[in-house]
Amino acid sequence: MSDQLKTGSQSPTTPPAQRTGGQVEREFTVRDRSQWQQAFRRFLRHRLAFGSLVVFLLIVLVAFIGPHVWKYTYTSITPDNSQPPSLAHPFGTDSLGHDALAQVLRGLQQSVKVALSIALFATIVGTLWGGISGYYRGLIDSTLMRFADLILTIPGLALAAALANNVGGAWWMIALILGSLSAPYVARVVRGMVLSLREREFVEAARALGASDSRIILRHLVPNVLAVVIVNATLLVATGILAETGLSYLGFGVRAPDTSLGLLISDNQTAVTTRPWLFYFPGLFIILIALTINFVGDGLRDALDPRQTRQRR
Amino acid sequence: MLSFIIRRIFISIPILIGSTILVFIMVKLSGDPLEYLKLRNPPPPHQTILNEEHRLHLDKPIWEQYWIWLRDLVLHGNFGPSVHPTTDIGHEIGNRLFVTLRLVLLAVLIALIFAVITGVVSAIKQYTVTDYTFTFVGFLFLAMPTFWFAILLKSLGIWINGLDGDPQTQIFYTIGDKSVFLTDNSGWSVFKDVLGHLVLPVIVLGLVSYAAWSRFQRASMLEVLNSDYVRLARAKGLRSRKVLVRHALRTALIPLTTVTALDIATLLGGTVITERVFQWHGMGEFFLDAVSDKDANALLGWLLVSAIIVITFNLIADVLYGILDPRIRYE
Repeated sequence: MSDQLKTGSQSPTTPPAQRTGGQVEREFTVRDRSQWQQAFRRFLRHRLAFGSLVVFLLIVLVAFIGPHVWKYTYTSITPDNSQPPSLAHPFGTDSLGHDALAQVLRGLQQSVKVALSIALFATIVGTLWGGISGYYRGLIDSTLMRFADLILTIPGLALAAALANNVGGAWWMIALILGSLSAPYVARVVRGMVLSLREREFVEAARALGASDSRIILRHLVPNVLAVVIVNATLLVATGILAETGLSYLGFGVRAPDTSLGLLISDNQTAVTTRPWLFYFPGLFIILIALTINFVGDGLRDALDPRQTRQRR
Repeated sequence: MLSFIIRRIFISIPILIGSTILVFIMVKLSGDPLEYLKLRNPPPPHQTILNEEHRLHLDKPIWEQYWIWLRDLVLHGNFGPSVHPTTDIGHEIGNRLFVTLRLVLLAVLIALIFAVITGVVSAIKQYTVTDYTFTFVGFLFLAMPTFWFAILLKSLGIWINGLDGDPQTQIFYTIGDKSVFLTDNSGWSVFKDVLGHLVLPVIVLGLVSYAAWSRFQRASMLEVLNSDYVRLARAKGLRSRKVLVRHALRTALIPLTTVTALDIATLLGGTVITERVFQWHGMGEFFLDAVSDKDANALLGWLLVSAIIVITFNLIADVLYGILDPRIRYE
């Protein structure tokens, strides 16, 4: 962090020892930061959220690099079967001799890939869906929103299972299905915000100055909705990983010979008392991902809230 | 109030019809229900396949199939033919509905009670050890996959049952929704048996909702506690108990009603997983079988019942608003 940032503190409680020369003058001047810079600084100071972000990014890194580095692949069969965790097999092995760490790494990769895609897809589609609804209102709005209501009255997991049953378990199809079913939630939130934003004075002013629809949407509405959309997208990763693993557990998600965290738990549920390591590790990773993501989302919500002027220490 | 309820029921009819159309199209796109017959080796006579297609109305265009389904349902209360010739879908759903419904209702009730209590306590004791504990537990259960927790709880139950060395002891029932053989068939022992089988599944199904709802209740209670009218009620010198219950809690319950009603659909999805783990013969199992068999009419029946449950809960929530919030009066 630069010296300037340190002394450009917004509170007048800098120790007297530092008050020398030109610094006295600088002490009361507030360094101008954009809203995003402020939010970023608030987030950095939210220890739990920032720590969670670091842990989550590490997990993602492990998920994508791990399978290439670890000596076994998820399909390789070793001569040791049903071994408890040891140095050679940190997560133990299953009854066929598969290395559990290699399997968890592969499952982690598939599950994380699906969860991130769900969040990305649902956010893009949902924001467009809700934005168009809220901005144009009228017939377009009621048609689009009734359709969202329809999807929301049907249990999502059930609908996903019925749809995914016939797509053969490709990870991107699972992501596409779960993403489409999550989009209405995003659409509802965005629509509500756009409906109230479009009546606000600054939009009226922009329109009076002759701004086009696309300019109003891109320059005035989108930046105002963005904070909420980002928080929502983060939380979607957590619900996404729970949905994907649930679907895989029921047998409608990622399928053998490939694997995911949910499938690993499903395969090893009978081993919970005899070879518990096979059951615990995939579950712990799901919890770790969902937990850290929820903390990150919570921290982001606080950091992006413009009403919160005080920066966290 | 009555006219409001009747009007709401009429409004839900197009939603129900819309969702059945949506699911009908999806199910039809999702594959051939007679695949199991066509892939059979040696192949069955061609006439058998044609007969089955005719029985399931698969030889007609899709819009006509939907029309036949809707007509039979409305006029005869018939859910249409199943892929399995001997299965009557309506009868099957009737048997299983109450098995699942008692699980859902009990889970919602218990989750709500605990969510309100811990949410309110967390809000009153904000930033204390109690608050942090409840918050941590809430976040943990939010992040816990239902099936993983269910399997864990089930094996814990089995472990406790075996603690005294006698495998016959049943402190926790871990399989099924009721015992297959009961020595004593009086009403009381059947009731006890059913209740015993409910314990673990209700905990599983309730916990996920509990976590979300208690977080929500805490937030809404905090907002109310910091509002001007609660400060005024305190300033007037009302007893703090009265302020909390009559002024604060009553208002803070309104948002929770909405969230609960909205979450019912998710909860019904959760029963599919819970029933699978505890091997219940309820709607969840019925649904999973229907999906694997690509049994379109069974799926439609399941969906229709679920949608009716979701809509009913939303209606109850709307009625509750009127009771909780004096500003809302239904004309």
